[in-house]
Amino acid sequence: MTMPYYVAPEQVMKDRAEYAQKGIARGRALVATAYTDGILIVAENPSRTLHKVSEIYDRVAFAGVGKYNEFDQLRVAGIRHADTKGYAYSREDVDARSLANLYAQYLGQVFTHEMKPLEVEILVAELAPTGENSLYHISYDGTVVDEENWTVLGGEAEAIAARLEQAFDPTWTLGAAVKSCVACLAGPDRTLGVDDLEVGVLEKSAQRRAFRRIERAELSSLVAA
Amino acid sequence: MALYVFPPADDPGPSFVELLRRAQRDIALPGSSSPLDQVRRATTIAALRYAGGVVVAGDRRATEGVSIAHRSIEKVFPADRYSAVAIAGAAGPAMEMVRLFQVQLEHYEKVEGAALTLEGKANQLAQLVRDHLPMAMQGLGVVPLFAGWDTTRQTGRIFTYDLTGGRYEETDFHATGSGGRDAKTTIKLGFREDLTRVEAVELAVESLYQAADEDSATGGPDPVRGIYPIIATVDATGFARLEDEEVAERFAAILSRRGQTTTGGSSP
Repeated sequence: MTMPYYVAPEQVMKDRAEYAQKGIARGRALVATAYTDGILIVAENPSRTLHKVSEIYDRVAFAGVGKYNEFDQLRVAGIRHADTKGYAYSREDVDARSLANLYAQYLGQVFTHEMKPLEVEILVAELAPTGENSLYHISYDGTVVDEENWTVLGGEAEAIAARLEQAFDPTWTLGAAVKSCVACLAGPDRTLGVDDLEVGVLEKSAQRRAFRRIERAELSSLVAA
Repeated sequence: MALYVFPPADDPGPSFVELLRRAQRDIALPGSSSPLDQVRRATTIAALRYAGGVVVAGDRRATEGVSIAHRSIEKVFPADRYSAVAIAGAAGPAMEMVRLFQVQLEHYEKVEGAALTLEGKANQLAQLVRDHLPMAMQGLGVVPLFAGWDTTRQTGRIFTYDLTGGRYEETDFHATGSGGRDAKTTIKLGFREDLTRVEAVELAVESLYQAADEDSATGGPDPVRGIYPIIATVDATGFARLEDEEVAERFAAILSRRGQTTTGGSSP
């Protein structure tokens, strides 16, 4: 009988983290930021049908980078959690914090116990009734970071974050925010066209369902203005 | 509440009802409690088509036996942006059914990234009514009326149901509940294919007025308390509920017309 090799737990974790980071770095990034009338999420995504940004509940949105099938499974699980909770209790009882915690637990569980970690980074954004925004940025290992103004997910996140930190202005309008976010995503060496982008917003002015996709025509006029 | 992740073979897909079945330890599906003697019942609802959409209307009275249980119950709800559902029958399970139906439509739309077709929504509701059959057999029937704007055919459509979940599409109009017969006759007499929105709303108001006039379980306009039937329209721009003031004006017009006759139009 052959004995299994001993591998130090530190090494296991390091290998898994590297594996997940590599997978995520291959994908394209996205940014989320607050603006005067809500929260804006801009993703670099050439596909019109495989979404990175979507609606979870009345005032909660989801965004993911990395492996599509993995974050899409998390998106659906999030909708299920929110809809069952809202149905069992009330719509006002659904919040992003508890969902972010569940995601964190699940990602942490998979990271430590499964063969392969999930190669994703996800964002749960909430426009709270009082106007306080929360952006929960959850990593492949279950780490949660709670941001108030802006966050960056995915490949080259650090460089994009450095640019966005310079550009961020809490009072910017939707048009200004979109243009700035697109520039931050693109960086100095390239430009991103409307066809390379997926944009969604959570709008304060909405009646109930605050999430709205900004479709191509509207996006063109926002970027051009 | 858990984070629901299923193995592919057991995945409920975009169905919220199936999801609830799998999550039954958390939440009871409607249809699992025993009937009571004193059950609130919702009464008259009506729907009719007009050139650019549909009108859905319902009175505000709920009864318990021969008593009025509630004077301002709501029986007309938005099912989603492009459809409306109205209820008659046992009010408790009916409202629960509407709530489940609303979540089901939104759940599907979010999971799939696209809304169901109007036909698909109508079939979904039929399944909910069918699941309710055991309670209906015990006397707690729910009979919904579903109407909406078909975004592919660009027309308003009306669907009716029976207790077994049978789903029937009506060509132009329908009314159901205890005063449904009177409401339906009124609509039948005034219906034309080319009704405008305003005329269709007027006809719906008239039909509820006539139903309340003949049926004790149907509530008429109540200017003293400021309670008026709910009238909603669904067209290419979506669901819209008329303001109470607007409905009140329409009733005032009917009353003033009646007031001009010497007897007020009484039959006995």
